[in-house]
Amino acid sequence: MARIVVVTSGKGGVGKTTTSAALAAGLAKAGYKTVVVDFDVGLRNLDLIMGCERRVVYDFVNVINGEANLNQALIRDKRVEGLEILPASQTRDKDALTFEGVQSVLEGLAENHDYIICDSPAGIERGAHLAMYFADDAIVVTNPEVSSVRDSDRVLGLLASKTRRAEQGDAPVAEHLVVTRYAPSRVGKGEMLSVEDICEILSIELLGVVPESNAVLNASNAGVPVILEDGTDAGQAYDDLVARYLGEARPQRFLNEKKGLLGRIFKG
Amino acid sequence: MGFLDYFRSQQKKRTASMAKDRLQVIVARERSHRDGPDYLPALQSDILEVIRRYIEVEDDAVRIQVEREGDCEVLELNVTLPEES
Ligand SMILES: Nc1ncnc2c1ncn2[C@@H]1O[C@H](COP(=O)(O)OP(=O)(O)OP(=O)(O)O)[C@@H](O)[C@H]1O
Ligand SMILES: [Mg+2]
Repeated sequence: MARIVVVTSGKGGVGKTTTSAALAAGLAKAGYKTVVVDFDVGLRNLDLIMGCERRVVYDFVNVINGEANLNQALIRDKRVEGLEILPASQTRDKDALTFEGVQSVLEGLAENHDYIICDSPAGIERGAHLAMYFADDAIVVTNPEVSSVRDSDRVLGLLASKTRRAEQGDAPVAEHLVVTRYAPSRVGKGEMLSVEDICEILSIELLGVVPESNAVLNASNAGVPVILEDGTDAGQAYDDLVARYLGEARPQRFLNEKKGLLGRIFKG
Repeated sequence: MGFLDYFRSQQKKRTASMAKDRLQVIVARERSHRDGPDYLPALQSDILEVIRRYIEVEDDAVRIQVEREGDCEVLELNVTLPEES
């Protein structure tokens, strides 16, 4: 059985696509057959972050409309074995994705993948709803900033009520918090919400903290998921986060400028 | 404390704690609406309107939420009246 994971946030530009690419690459590196699906119809971006934009022939909507089959549309990553990308369509038609269409594509992908990562568009409208509807797990990406935290709380409300699991009365979607663009020095000065504050407000489990980092822009310039840049802080943060998602206990390394102290407190 | 000192101390105010306080209030309010029936926001603004026929109150004077106690639902209504002047 494939596990469907939505990466969502409400607010735009907080790091969903960056996180989706990192998570997918990390899971594939760990040996799981993984596909990452771009739900941002009309604003395709994941292909650029994954560095495969020139290899896009068919897309998600082509598959739904029967203009191509899954094998024709899936792009196999050249760096990581077992990693595939399903690009979004550039169509302007917002209704190009349908519930039935998305369901049948996800069922097709589930046949030969362990993880299906859904990169949600911003907002809480149809596209975001479709991306989360079939999810088993949700990665809620939040920046330490009021509007992002508030939107995350709204998204948590939707995950608890507007998903297939909620509607069918199954076990709820498992929610994991990822705080990105974290600047410990600003937190230390009292200028930025701390991870503790965010966890307290949202009351969900913290999966990981990704520091504000130049490595993210560099990696996106090069079309490499930042998790593959081993030597970088953001790359390591995502690596820890994926390991934790897979059940390994790893301390938080990037909560403090002087590494280690808060990390130890947060271990448990 | 001189004028400049005052100004500096204001600038140094820890904005993160303001952010946290504001978020706790707004998130609590949105959750109580979300978990309650769909008509709550409309009911809330109707009640506010009625109260305003008699008393001048702030926009956020009326707080309304549904609490579940066992198998019965309790509609909890809080109205903050202005301080006597
Ligand atoms: N940890 C980080 N440090 C620095 N910059 C970051 C970090 N994470 C993301 N960014 C930058 O933030 C911007 C938005 O990132 P990304 O595209 O992943 O967000 P998104 O949530 O997918 O946006 P959208 O809502 O538009 O889909 C990008 O320019 C990215 O480089
Ligand atoms: Mg995106």
